[in-house]
Amino acid sequence: MFKRQHLPIIVTLALFVFMFIAGSFRYTGFFSTQVLLNLFIDNAFLLIVAIGMTFVIVSGGIDLSVGSVIALTSMISASLLQEGWSPAAVIPLVLLLGSLFGSGMGAIIHYFKIQPFIVTLAGMFLARGLCYVISTNTITINNAFYTSVAQTKVYLPGGNFVSISVIIALLLFVLAFYAAHYTRFGRNTYAIGGNEQSAVLMGLPVARTKIGVYLFSGFCSALGGVVLTFYMLSGYGLHAIGMELDAIAAVVIGGTLLTGGFGYVAGTLFGVLIQGAIQTIISFEGTLSSWWTRIVIGLLLFLFILLQRLFSSRQLLQKHRA
Amino acid sequence: MEEGRPILHMKDIHKQFPGVKALSGVQFRLFPGEIHALMGENGAGKSTLIKVLTGVYSIDRGQVEMDQERISIQSPQEAQAAGISTVYQEVNLCPNLSVAENIYIGREPRRFGRILWKELNSAAAKLLEERMNLMIDVTKPLHSYPIAIQQLIAIARALNISAKVLILDEPTSSLDRVEVSQLFNVMNKLKSEGLAILFVTHFLNQVYEISDRITILRGGEFVGEYAASALSRIELVSKMIGKELELLEELPKMSSLDGNGKTGSELLLEAKSLGRRGSIEPFDLSIRAGEIVGLAGLLGSGRTEAARLLFGADSPDQGSLKIGDKGSAHTPRQAIDNGIAFCSEDRKGEGIIDDLTIRENIVLAMQASQGWLRTISKKKQSEIAEQFIEALNINPPNPDQLIKHLSGGNQQKVLLARSLLTEPRLLILDEPTRGIDIGAKAEIQKLVMSLSKKGMSVLFISSELEEVLRVSDRIAVMRDRKKVKEMTDGEMNEQLVMKAIAGGGEE
Repeated sequence: MFKRQHLPIIVTLALFVFMFIAGSFRYTGFFSTQVLLNLFIDNAFLLIVAIGMTFVIVSGGIDLSVGSVIALTSMISASLLQEGWSPAAVIPLVLLLGSLFGSGMGAIIHYFKIQPFIVTLAGMFLARGLCYVISTNTITINNAFYTSVAQTKVYLPGGNFVSISVIIALLLFVLAFYAAHYTRFGRNTYAIGGNEQSAVLMGLPVARTKIGVYLFSGFCSALGGVVLTFYMLSGYGLHAIGMELDAIAAVVIGGTLLTGGFGYVAGTLFGVLIQGAIQTIISFEGTLSSWWTRIVIGLLLFLFILLQRLFSSRQLLQKHRA
Repeated sequence: MEEGRPILHMKDIHKQFPGVKALSGVQFRLFPGEIHALMGENGAGKSTLIKVLTGVYSIDRGQVEMDQERISIQSPQEAQAAGISTVYQEVNLCPNLSVAENIYIGREPRRFGRILWKELNSAAAKLLEERMNLMIDVTKPLHSYPIAIQQLIAIARALNISAKVLILDEPTSSLDRVEVSQLFNVMNKLKSEGLAILFVTHFLNQVYEISDRITILRGGEFVGEYAASALSRIELVSKMIGKELELLEELPKMSSLDGNGKTGSELLLEAKSLGRRGSIEPFDLSIRAGEIVGLAGLLGSGRTEAARLLFGADSPDQGSLKIGDKGSAHTPRQAIDNGIAFCSEDRKGEGIIDDLTIRENIVLAMQASQGWLRTISKKKQSEIAEQFIEALNINPPNPDQLIKHLSGGNQQKVLLARSLLTEPRLLILDEPTRGIDIGAKAEIQKLVMSLSKKGMSVLFISSELEEVLRVSDRIAVMRDRKKVKEMTDGEMNEQLVMKAIAGGGEE
């Protein structure tokens, strides 16, 4: 059942498939399930954060605080573990803190009618600054649970493996996909992104939904922070610098409109995978500096926003003709 | 009509905005099974009253009773819960969601929190087919349908809420005849089912065609409540505007008074087989200095599209356009430099800037043409603003009032003032009187005619035939994105224009 509104996501999917096939032809050893799975392993935390970001952008907002919240999460986790706290207490606590942080920003955005950009920018500085209050240095994690999670490989049939982070990310993905398309919360998010004033007049719970969206993004950032901590086994104030922009890029490449109201969680998954694929191709190439990743992502972003422009202006034209 | 008990009773309602007394001592009764028209000029308080009823504004004083019980409505949700559903003039739905979703969002059929899309879509299709006679693909996004259909969908949504009171705020302003009668069928059906309908419109014909009772407001005050059958049109109008009727009666004479002697004047604008694919078929049009050319036709007949080509807002892909002795304008900026001003029909979207004052909105275009570096002093701005406020009778006469607090008609006048300030040679007015009341309409028509006397040319676009006939020296009729006929003063009459608009037979 093809519909024109699915076009952006199909473009994203096609691009990913194209990149993977092109890589396979060019580099020996590229075409394997494990390379594909490594995309997930290396980008699990990006996927988690980008999923939260998708909801925010669909609602017509933006969340710049995600990278800092990740760093703060890693710092709090590392310092508490150092103090001898149990992971069973630390993980729920940081998830709660992330959610609270997000919902606080959401409440400010909604009740004081302040642009999300500036509120989350303040949140970004605040969270990043708080990291250094805890420590200016790296705090390494020796906790047995964290190291074992970091090393655990979950084997799939065929001898390939993924990490626990991937499983967390994919569970979140399924949950978010379901929430976006099959729950009132998800649909209200789209409605607010489409026309907030209408959403109010239609009697939808705008305040609850908007705060919920930022709460979810805060939760995802904290979860991303936990996963990153598994990956890095340290807490550090410089972790995940600029991460919010990677997440936004993934969401936009995934076909979500920055103006809100339109986009898919599934698109974001491919947006993340495309970023991962670019990195993989560049590392296979060997001679290229890793900054080429940025260059390609930059070009792709240009391409996708132009594509979106075309897409939406054609919709407008359609409306005029009707 | 028997005097039962009102389902809705508003008593002594007061509401004040900074500097504006929007409602003072207004009362309103609505009975089950009636269609009740709420009438009044711009700024009479109709919109405010409706917003009070729907929980957008809270009242300063007074009480609202529903089913004899006093209620206090603080939000749109509470209004809906109380059984009051509203369809606004601007379609307040989400363009990005599907039709079905727009009808059901907030009340989706669910099982264990999961939205049942199949049931939702089939229920929406059934609802639209049975109650609105509309058979469309409900899974397509709302923005893929024209405004008229979106309006019906908005009504379907309102119906679907278990409403006791349905408020229709200017539902017909963007519908064509067929759609209006379709809407009226639906309204009559709902009325017979016992629903109480509050209907706001500016079309007098429609008021008498459909409503049982009329409440009139003027200047935020209650004028009276009448049975529609006991109130003549003249009485209705005079109660609404509170002025003598001369104003309206002298109008029809005006265009014929100075209709002569214009054919000889210089050619200001000449379009030759100007067209744009998918927008409008090639047309010829010439406008002389001091001439008012009417552009008649139904909604969507290509009137706006033609105007946009002339203004350079869209670029033509064939034909030629000459303005004065210059070539065509490729951008609105060039058009403005060539002395053309354009007043959009979409006041909200393309015209006014909500959060600026009357003064700032008026001087905007002038500032733009001066360049940003040469600022206009505040004193000068105020002078200009006051001059126009007086000339156009803008209410409230306070240049520092935020424009969002003004009624539609007054916003339109501010827009007009802005265009006039650039002293254009040709003024394009796209539906300048849409959604505004008779008094303001008459004022704007009068103004247009006096402008033309001073030598300004006007392209006057309106779907109200009467109005086009009244002001125009010449009328071009559009149909199905084609210019189908052009008539001059001598041969213009309502039947001929109507025939041309309706088509069929010879052209």
